[in-house]
Amino acid sequence: MGRAGTIARRTFLAGSVAIAGGVAFGIWRFHTPHANPLQAGLPEGAAALTPYVLITEGAITLITPRADSGQGAVSVQAALIAEELDVDLDQVATDPGPPSPAYWNTALSSDAVPFRATNTGWLAERVRDLADVPMKFLGMQVTGGSTTVPDGYEKLRRAGAMARETLKATAARMHDLPVADLRTVLGAVILPDGTRLSYQSLAAEAAQTAPVTDVALRGPKSWRVLGKPMQRIDMVAKSTGTQAYGIDIDLPDMLHAALRLNPAKGAELLGYDASEARAMRGVEEIVEIPGGVAVIADNTWRAMQAAQAITCDWAPAPYPAEMAGHWQALSDSFTPEAQDSRWRDDGDVAAALDGAADVEVEYRAPYLAHAPLEPLSATVRYTPDRTDIWTGTQVPRFVQGNAAEITGQDAGAVHVHAQMIGGSFGHRLEDEVSRHATRIAMAVPGRPVKLTYAREEDMAQDFPRQIAMARGRGRVSDDRVEAYDLGIAMPSVLTSQMGRQGIPAAGPDLQIVAGAWDQPFAIPHYRVTGYRAPDLVPVSSWRAVGASTNGFFHDCLLDELIHAAGADPLAERLRLCDHAASRRVLEAVGEMSGWGSPMAEGRGRGVAFCLSFGVPCAQVIEVTDTGDGIRLDRVFVAAEVGRILDPVNFEGLVQGGVIFGLGHAMNCRITYANGAAEQTNFDRYPGIRLYQCPEIEVRGLETAETIRGIGEPPVPPAPAALANAIFAATGTRLREMPFDGGIDFV
Amino acid sequence: MQLTVNGTAHSLDDLEPDMPLLWVLRDVLDIKGPKYGCGIAQCGACTVHVGGRAVRSCQIPVGDVRGDVTTIEGLGTPDAPHPVQAAWIETQVAQCGYCQSGQIMQAAHLLADMPEPTDAQILDAMSGNLCRCGTYPRIRAAVRLAARAMAEEA
Repeated sequence: MGRAGTIARRTFLAGSVAIAGGVAFGIWRFHTPHANPLQAGLPEGAAALTPYVLITEGAITLITPRADSGQGAVSVQAALIAEELDVDLDQVATDPGPPSPAYWNTALSSDAVPFRATNTGWLAERVRDLADVPMKFLGMQVTGGSTTVPDGYEKLRRAGAMARETLKATAARMHDLPVADLRTVLGAVILPDGTRLSYQSLAAEAAQTAPVTDVALRGPKSWRVLGKPMQRIDMVAKSTGTQAYGIDIDLPDMLHAALRLNPAKGAELLGYDASEARAMRGVEEIVEIPGGVAVIADNTWRAMQAAQAITCDWAPAPYPAEMAGHWQALSDSFTPEAQDSRWRDDGDVAAALDGAADVEVEYRAPYLAHAPLEPLSATVRYTPDRTDIWTGTQVPRFVQGNAAEITGQDAGAVHVHAQMIGGSFGHRLEDEVSRHATRIAMAVPGRPVKLTYAREEDMAQDFPRQIAMARGRGRVSDDRVEAYDLGIAMPSVLTSQMGRQGIPAAGPDLQIVAGAWDQPFAIPHYRVTGYRAPDLVPVSSWRAVGASTNGFFHDCLLDELIHAAGADPLAERLRLCDHAASRRVLEAVGEMSGWGSPMAEGRGRGVAFCLSFGVPCAQVIEVTDTGDGIRLDRVFVAAEVGRILDPVNFEGLVQGGVIFGLGHAMNCRITYANGAAEQTNFDRYPGIRLYQCPEIEVRGLETAETIRGIGEPPVPPAPAALANAIFAATGTRLREMPFDGGIDFV
Repeated sequence: MQLTVNGTAHSLDDLEPDMPLLWVLRDVLDIKGPKYGCGIAQCGACTVHVGGRAVRSCQIPVGDVRGDVTTIEGLGTPDAPHPVQAAWIETQVAQCGYCQSGQIMQAAHLLADMPEPTDAQILDAMSGNLCRCGTYPRIRAAVRLAARAMAEEA
């Protein structure tokens, strides 16, 4: 195979992350470390020992480049460094650091290759290694895919250890002592005579020391910080109103902006009349931007009021104006021509189902908004020489690059100041807000402008979760599931999302079948096919991405087949499951829930399972049919993540993920009428409220070899477990999310 | 217009009386604890106390405010947190934290009114406050913890 063929082969193997023509260069680049971005502009006497540890006279600062949108990313990144650096979290400051290719995400790509997470064979591992190469090549400083912990688990501890050993080497050199005689305790090197040299006092000399890179990591048995209940470092600020988010930025001389964008997402502004707005109090500028118009005023409220006073003439949507057209497009995609992947094809499904399916069903999942509680905002100060951007983002490098393109400046002239994020769920993987804010700020050079989206704009302009449809068939015999055939149609999130960053996405989109093709079941005849629907509303990654819809489809079809076979839902899943860690989470929820114990009339329990982001997660939900509607009583969750770094945060994230999955499955949808989203605030997009929230018992398993993140995996099984429980309680099968279209909730 | 916020009196003669209290607090007085989440009283992130009652500051025109205003900053501080804030910290309620100022102000009002709320009263009082991260199990636990702590103090 020639060089070009090799590249093409790898492009295919690396699937969705491969960049045409970039892999070979990427391999070369792989061996060239990116420059340490902290070396630039270091003050005298300061040492940036690795890209993650900055020691100055006054402070030890740990760099936590993964964005914290509420999942505790800053705390866990700091804890990983601190464990090996021998500092306590209350001794250090944290900083998100500058956008830099040095902070590439090495874990994001390992789940983007078409090998099941349960496959740890040589070829699968080799391809995962290769997939990392284009990621690093791109310098993708991305927070997403539940990768913060797996990405940082070794890298950040190693950074802490390298900094510690370099400080020890510095002290050894200064005092002419063998390194082996020195130790480190809580931010200081201790000499054999007990003399305590603070890290800060060693910083200037350490900067002249060749970094010690050959370090061994401590085993979990000797950990001081990791693996034990932690106090997240943002808790006090977030409980006292003192945590500043991107939307809270206040700069001297700052102006405020609001915008109106074509409610038909992505369509043009044909014309507008801002004469009334222009005359309103506090209004400074009206700025036309792509697809809409913005108002700059002296406070947020006046800007929002004036934006509402503009009359706009909008071009029609570039996608079907009504929902029927969207569903039709999905329905029409179950064709050989639209087939995107068929990586699961065991046995002989065609023969097994030849004219004789016992179950034949269709499932649907709607568009959904991310709707984090903090609406989108970005503050930009543009000058001809330099642009500064303050915003909460999961993609600081894209923010920087796109702003540079808009201003015509070098990327180095664009300074991104990452802010604490008031929720994301994938929303801030898009950078449209900072692109608009940059254009708006260019109308008033020298003055910072804070753009705040009204809630209505935040939801109407969201790049929603993909709409999806699935068709399932199967056969059963002798209390067993014999044949399972699932086809899933959805638009490609990957193509839509990467397209907005100008990155071609070659090959099949793994997300179309994620959470379905890769499930650990040994059904004799077992097939999962992905179909690529045409682009409709531009879509983006929503917590758990493809698995957020496919976990529901895959498990509900399995549940229906098990029911048709007359088997026990948990016992038959266990019988079919061929992956030890997955069996353990199923067994765990069985034990936790007292599976099989009798339930009163009108009550029911359902089990569901989904392996996503490498994490097997099982859930049992108990519901009661009250007569006035369904009440959610209790949820039992088990997930296997290899190792839990903070059990307190772990439990919170699992509970939150379950609630996120349940709330949207119960009552959330984004529908389009005349091309515009019909739900643009929480009155029509309610989610779960406290009175509806079930008790949620969580068990984390730590038996797998590979450490995994827990941000997304609790989401996919929740809707399926709820649908299966409702069936057990009422006999009604719910096959379309949200379920309030088919049943009431109390 | 006179407005007393967290014990400090402000003269606001040059403001439109229909500007919502939320935006006066955030953009005029630079008090950023109350959050903008929805603007239509559906999320509760903007909750403050007016005359001791929890209200949605996005819905009250500043000209209609009758009574002293307390925001999360006036309830307690990092060094001297209110018992509800202390319970929130101990329970580690927050994830993104954006709704928690409002949740805490709502809970503080509940416990001032009903020092020993039943579970049903907690659900009634707190169900207007939306949390997109799903911290509800810990909100429930923290309200109970705060009630116990306040009872012991009393």
